[in-house]
Amino acid sequence: MGQKLLMKGNEVIAEAAIRAGCRHYFGYPITPQTEIAHYMAKAMPKVGGVFLQAESEVSAINMVYGAASTGKRVMTSSSSPGISLKMEGISYAAGAQLPAVIVNIMRGGPGLGGIQPSQSDYFQATKGGGHGDYHMVVLAPSSVQELYELTVEAFNIADRYRILTMILGDGVLGQMMEVVNFRDEEKIETYDKSWATCGHNNEREHNIITSIHIDPVILEQWNNDLQKKYRLIYEKEQRYELYNCENADIILVAYGSVARICKGVIKEAKEQGINIGLVRPITLWPFPVDAFEKVIDIPSAFLTVEMSAGQMVEDVRLTVNGKKPVYFTGRMGGMIPTVNDIMSKIYEIKNELKI
Amino acid sequence: MAVVFKAPHALCDVPMHYCPGCTHGIAHRLVAEAIDELEIEGKTVGVSPVGCSYNNYLYFNCDMVQASHGRAPAVATGIKRCLPENIVFTYQGDGDLAAIGTAEIIHAAARGENITVIFINNTIYGMTSGQMAPTTLLGQITTTSPYGRDPKAHGYPIRVCEMLATLEGPAYIERVSLHDIKHIKKAKEAVKKAFKVQIAGKGFSLVEILSTCPTNWGLDPVESLKRIEKELIPHYPLGVFAGSDLEV
Amino acid sequence: MLHEIIIAGFGGQGILSAGRLLAYAGMLDDKEVSFLPSYGPEMRGGTANCMVVISDSAIASPVLNSCSALIVMNNPSLEKFESWLKPGGILITDSSLVRNKIKRTDIKTFELPATQYALDADNKAYSNIFLLGKLIKETGCVKVESFEKALYNILPEKKHYMIPEEMAVLKAGMDY
Repeated sequence: MGQKLLMKGNEVIAEAAIRAGCRHYFGYPITPQTEIAHYMAKAMPKVGGVFLQAESEVSAINMVYGAASTGKRVMTSSSSPGISLKMEGISYAAGAQLPAVIVNIMRGGPGLGGIQPSQSDYFQATKGGGHGDYHMVVLAPSSVQELYELTVEAFNIADRYRILTMILGDGVLGQMMEVVNFRDEEKIETYDKSWATCGHNNEREHNIITSIHIDPVILEQWNNDLQKKYRLIYEKEQRYELYNCENADIILVAYGSVARICKGVIKEAKEQGINIGLVRPITLWPFPVDAFEKVIDIPSAFLTVEMSAGQMVEDVRLTVNGKKPVYFTGRMGGMIPTVNDIMSKIYEIKNELKI
Repeated sequence: MAVVFKAPHALCDVPMHYCPGCTHGIAHRLVAEAIDELEIEGKTVGVSPVGCSYNNYLYFNCDMVQASHGRAPAVATGIKRCLPENIVFTYQGDGDLAAIGTAEIIHAAARGENITVIFINNTIYGMTSGQMAPTTLLGQITTTSPYGRDPKAHGYPIRVCEMLATLEGPAYIERVSLHDIKHIKKAKEAVKKAFKVQIAGKGFSLVEILSTCPTNWGLDPVESLKRIEKELIPHYPLGVFAGSDLEV
Repeated sequence: MLHEIIIAGFGGQGILSAGRLLAYAGMLDDKEVSFLPSYGPEMRGGTANCMVVISDSAIASPVLNSCSALIVMNNPSLEKFESWLKPGGILITDSSLVRNKIKRTDIKTFELPATQYALDADNKAYSNIFLLGKLIKETGCVKVESFEKALYNILPEKKHYMIPEEMAVLKAGMDY
């Protein structure tokens, strides 16, 4: 049956987290994601959970570190400048193999930048951001319904692999309202958490959560184990949507709210007699290389569209690996690419390639 | 034969890495004895800092979490909010707590977070080889104040207990010293009381322990103990700064 | 049918709540809906706008670059969005506040003195409902019954006594 509601993206993230069994949220205010904190502040006491407004993003992520150490489901959220502050804690939690969910509702940068939507934290989210050889699983929802589905899934993935999972959205997704269908009951996957530091109760040896290994031999082995886990995730967790790719002259590559605009482009192009497809990565890390294997022979070219100077396009080029030309168009600083912007780029490519 | 002295169960039977004459070992023992006597090892989670005691997770027999530099009070907050029935303590040095972690300790104290903080003040950064700390005394020579701490260039040492005692959040704050047996016994009582305050759910407790760093002070162990008495205590007076009438 | 609606004016005129009501009513009509508000400092007394899409099929983009219907409640919003209307589109203005000349001739224009109407009714909050009445009448984007239900669902219970009067305002807007 489910429950059908008109809700704001940010609020859906919070509600989804609670439905997924998250009872501990630590955050610090920043636009455009503050509704997550508002919702948590109201809802957590009603379910016996904890909402805590930390003194800084730095503290919030370290509270997450402590809470995740106990094996509980825990979340924090922020927007670009705040995520930069969290990067230290993210690296430590990745090193200590702690499961937690981090939400980044991106805004324009660099620096304090602006508060309008952006996708310019792709590198930070997928390539590191903090120090050391680590990865987070990065999920990129493109609708309010998907914010719900993927937030629930983020907690499952985090627990399954003892890994940080990031929901990478933007101001459009956070602020917009759409209809969301909540399931009556959430299937919460449970995993072994015998590693957690929750008091040994005089029943076992003491557990230790740490990211420091002074002996390089041990640290290298620790890194090897991490990389093994990342390879497993790479093989098992790639997610993507292929949209209208059969017979496409050009295939767009876009994620999040920009993928929605690209669907508008596909409709518009069809009216103008042009067949355009879309590869929409849902996992940004692991990058869905499988999707490209499926469609690589179809188009004359790929066109990556982002609200950035061109970040994901690097992964598209690595994946396409010279087999087809890869173009880029994007807007920055909080400006959103329009259907017309993208259509004119499509015509430019058609002229250049004479298709 | 009666046992009159034994190693605390809450300390693991492993060799420690601390320098000769360093009082970290004594401070560890006091914490472990308190945990033993209160019979809380099974439900205690400790938080290790960054500094000389970064790996004391190997020494304490309870569950341990290693925190990034200065963030132990935030990490402890996260643990305690998940496990309100458990006992959570941090063990931090003066660089960790009073420099890089100033915001975290002040706000944990202001929230009255029901955790216990063991604060080691030896007026210097030990692990990174003797740099000036926020607690370094005026005139004290360190590797980053080679001509002595000059207030015009380096500002003044911070009195953490006095500063935190201005807040309403802390339930119990005391400064103790490890320079002789009498004071070690007093320190033990303070550490134990701090845990009892937490067990009773009274809120934030902190014990500042004046400690030595013979290696970086350039003094032998006995002279180091004398320095605490002669130089540290006049600037960092011993006593209870919050919760003097608190019965637990 | 696909309705791409922009509502724009000053913060405080009920721009965002008007958009949200429409989207909610659309959901009750079993349509696909999206509602995208402007956010940030402009909400505090500056210009505010929102984009509402109501569609029979899945909505591609909630971000609009053109629209089929436009409600403007101040001059700057007319300046900004007049060119966004598709030919044949519907423009509804609050003529109490929008005094600038409408340049487009390839659209259907409806000028309603909404603020004056609200002042006469002694409730400033009615101007947006009055204009929504006209929008619903001219576009048929949502059913009137659904709009009423949306009011009951969105407004807190203590304000439900106002709903019959708000529906009267809506109908006055429809009939203006």
